[in-house]
Amino acid sequence: MSLFKTMTIAGAVLAGALTASAALAEDTIKVGVLHSLSGTMAISETTLKDTVLFLIDEQNKKGGVLGKKLEPVVVDPASNWPLFAEKARELISKDKVSVVFGCWTSVSRKSVLPVFKELNSILFYPVQYEGEESERNVFYTGAAPNQQAIPAVDYLMSADGGSVKRWVLAGTDYVYPRTTNKILEAYLKAKGVAAEDIMINYTPFGHSDWQSIVADIKKFGSAGKKTAVVSTINGDANVPFYKELGNQGIKATDIPVVAFSVGEEELAGLDAKPLVGHLAAWNYFESIKTPENAQFIKDWQAFTKNPKRTTNDPMEATVIGFHAWVAAVTKAGTTDTDKVIDTLPGTKVPNLTGGTAEVLPNHHITKPVYIGEIKADGQFDIVWQTKSLVPGAAWSSYLEGSKDLVADWVTLKCGNYNTITKKCGG
Amino acid sequence: MGGEPNSDMYMSNEETVSPRRHWNETVMLQSLKTPTRLAALLIGALVLFLAMALPSVAQSIDDAIAKLTTDGYSDTAAAINALATSGSPRALPIVQALNDGKLQFSASDKKVFIVTATGLVEAVTGAPVATPPADISDVRANNRIRGLVNAALGALSLANPDPQKRIASADAVFKSRDEGALAALDTAIANETNSTVAIAFKAAKAAIILFKADAPVNDRVAAAQAIQLRGTQDAVALLRSLPADTPKPVLEAANASAKAIEYNLALWSMAQNAWYGLSLGSVLLLAAIGLAITFGVMGIINMAHGEMVMIGAYVTFVVQEIIRTRFPGLFDWSLTIALPLAFMTSGLVGIAIERTIIRWLYGRPLDTLLATWGISLALQQTVRSIFGANNREVGSPSWMSGSFQVGQLSITWGRMWIIVFALIVFAGLIAILRRTPLGLQMRAVTQNRSMASAMGIPTAWIDALTFGLGCGIAGIAGVALSQIDNVSPNLGQGYIIDSFMVVVFGGVGNLWGTLVGAMTLGIVNKFLEPVAGAVLGKIFVLVAIILFIQKRPRGLFALKGRAVES
Repeated sequence: MSLFKTMTIAGAVLAGALTASAALAEDTIKVGVLHSLSGTMAISETTLKDTVLFLIDEQNKKGGVLGKKLEPVVVDPASNWPLFAEKARELISKDKVSVVFGCWTSVSRKSVLPVFKELNSILFYPVQYEGEESERNVFYTGAAPNQQAIPAVDYLMSADGGSVKRWVLAGTDYVYPRTTNKILEAYLKAKGVAAEDIMINYTPFGHSDWQSIVADIKKFGSAGKKTAVVSTINGDANVPFYKELGNQGIKATDIPVVAFSVGEEELAGLDAKPLVGHLAAWNYFESIKTPENAQFIKDWQAFTKNPKRTTNDPMEATVIGFHAWVAAVTKAGTTDTDKVIDTLPGTKVPNLTGGTAEVLPNHHITKPVYIGEIKADGQFDIVWQTKSLVPGAAWSSYLEGSKDLVADWVTLKCGNYNTITKKCGG
Repeated sequence: MGGEPNSDMYMSNEETVSPRRHWNETVMLQSLKTPTRLAALLIGALVLFLAMALPSVAQSIDDAIAKLTTDGYSDTAAAINALATSGSPRALPIVQALNDGKLQFSASDKKVFIVTATGLVEAVTGAPVATPPADISDVRANNRIRGLVNAALGALSLANPDPQKRIASADAVFKSRDEGALAALDTAIANETNSTVAIAFKAAKAAIILFKADAPVNDRVAAAQAIQLRGTQDAVALLRSLPADTPKPVLEAANASAKAIEYNLALWSMAQNAWYGLSLGSVLLLAAIGLAITFGVMGIINMAHGEMVMIGAYVTFVVQEIIRTRFPGLFDWSLTIALPLAFMTSGLVGIAIERTIIRWLYGRPLDTLLATWGISLALQQTVRSIFGANNREVGSPSWMSGSFQVGQLSITWGRMWIIVFALIVFAGLIAILRRTPLGLQMRAVTQNRSMASAMGIPTAWIDALTFGLGCGIAGIAGVALSQIDNVSPNLGQGYIIDSFMVVVFGGVGNLWGTLVGAMTLGIVNKFLEPVAGAVLGKIFVLVAIILFIQKRPRGLFALKGRAVES
């Protein structure tokens, strides 16, 4: 066969494939995936991209939604906050996606908010965050502070948690730790903790030399009162932090550390033996034994072809968000943005821990809260859980500026309704 | 023990001898190896005596065992307390097993088992179990349980033949201040021959007496003074946590002791800051020293320098992976093996970059900056595609784990070796530049290129080799940094700014300047951090450097001479 002939055939085949895919595209519902696949946040966000692809694959095996197949559109905002807004615009206006799953950091979410409002689309945000926000176009499937930070502090105050009297609030220096610590400080003071029993410490992103800070914590913790560290340290800085704790011999029985951003994924990068007994507060742990979770882990590991692949809390939040969207679209019978937004509140979908997640009028969801202790194998042993599901509160009742605010997109049609002035707008 | 003794029979009938004989045998065995055999025997006798004197004791261990099978933390806590005071010879192995996570229970059989190297044994009788019950699972522990277990182990293992274990157990008693341990402690002090252990025992006893409300005031005052000898932060904590209704003389003595310790500790904390500063300085030195060659000597603004460090760290990871799977015995050598490989890998990548890109851009600093920035992004993404975005675990060899104590200063082996290593690398580099023909040619080329060329030096190749040397050193730094930082594609980014800062501050083109610059920045940073916080501290340092550069544009140790002027 001559070269020319081969090329003609190849060209014809290619053209055929293109027409076929174009024809197929008309019958699909497009789902946008807006997670960083490069840059600093790739470490956390890549997993969520894979999770959405996995969920779409599962849904398509069940026949898709409204008789149409789902088609993922993956973009890479490269951990660059302005690029998040550009890529969101591209997804909504150019690719015409019906819904977007994405963002991790609060700053990336804030950067895409105006785009989603202007172009009227839906964003599912799957990460625990600082609260103080409720937008019509966003559904928050991660934990608000009252679904993670407050219960964790309550646990540490209890007899089982060690009756902690002295608190170190250590965090990375950006909006989530600062707001969370502000809420926690107000909460602790409301519980009668004196100001000198609270130490607040911020470190830059990627801080790697923890020697003097850990020594400070050790000193603060040896004042005769039971001390605990509440850590909102985010990302890469956690590994050297925990290594230094181990090096300086701070054991969980002396000064327990409860972390809000350390999960199975982060522990996979270090030797967990010196960390045994330190805590994490999440709404989901891989080690929770329910049939739903076992099935999910099995399917996930089969999908990623990696029998060691871990699962984590933001993944479960993505799963809940995805299923809630599928349920709402099915119920509304359309992917029209306004109709789906109106249908979503009240939607109930099972979570992976045996309970039910309900989308609330404030666009947050109900979640159980678990406290897990780190085990030597990098998994968590559940030592405590809330008795019932906790509804997510958009506005904290412990902060001056937000205690009078409520969010209700069903009856009030407002994200920041002031109950004192009876006005929408904070 | 022969046969399969019926556990219930043993429980109810105190006259059953076999378990007790077993205990005695253990004690005798231990006594052969230890200078404190008398102590062990005495404790053994004491335990035996208690066991005989209190017929209800066996009952209480039975209750405790039942409580261990309910899978509730409160019951487990009660069981540990009961075991600790039971005086039963089986208490120690059971609590020890719980501590090691080797205690299992079966709720249906109401029995507790210990996982041993040879298989499962019944916790109460020590008899092997052939077929484990179907519903067997671990007795779970949380921090509260672990605290109780530590306290119980302290009380139970004061007569351990291993001095380290005795100190640990004395420390546990010091923390728990369990009055029940006082008698055992007295016996132990009387029989202790090791002076270090004796001090620990006495401190533990003083802690108990200090808090014993019915002890004579004079004894308690003496106890407060005795605790001062311990001199540690937890001694201060103990002295400060006396209840308010304590008699005044005791409180005053405790406060005086606490103040004396605190004064002493404040001095030590200066030493500690200085040490942490040196440690941070050595890390900065490692990161910057390669740059001192490429930027300092050659004048190339190499933004991909951090990525060379990262490549070195990933080489360490790969070496460790191979060792883990193929030659587990070599693990302690993994870093030594990784060093030359990291040097070669980073060096070769550096030479490749120099040959393909940088050599076309000599004399165009802005273009070099942009090109190397692009290279750094490309290298990061390449590593991310090969190894994934997640952190990779690089283990520490045994000689780099743990810490040792110098006075009140705890020094971690890892940090210490990194300081030593940084100085060795520095000395090695100086030697190469001053004492080898290659170093001579490098200096010749950078000082007067055309003259060097006229002397027959292949300047282009010397450029490539010099750049490769700088990059190779960065690779070596990566091996060391893999021990203290995350091995992720972003590893290098965190060091690039700091490295430039060190080189510019120290004086471009001067290796000694780099050394002094790195150490100064490290120490200033660490003294500022406790006062200003990590974020503000960094900003202060940056502002200070900018001001310094205004005053002395060539840095601390400026090069002088005609070569610089041109």
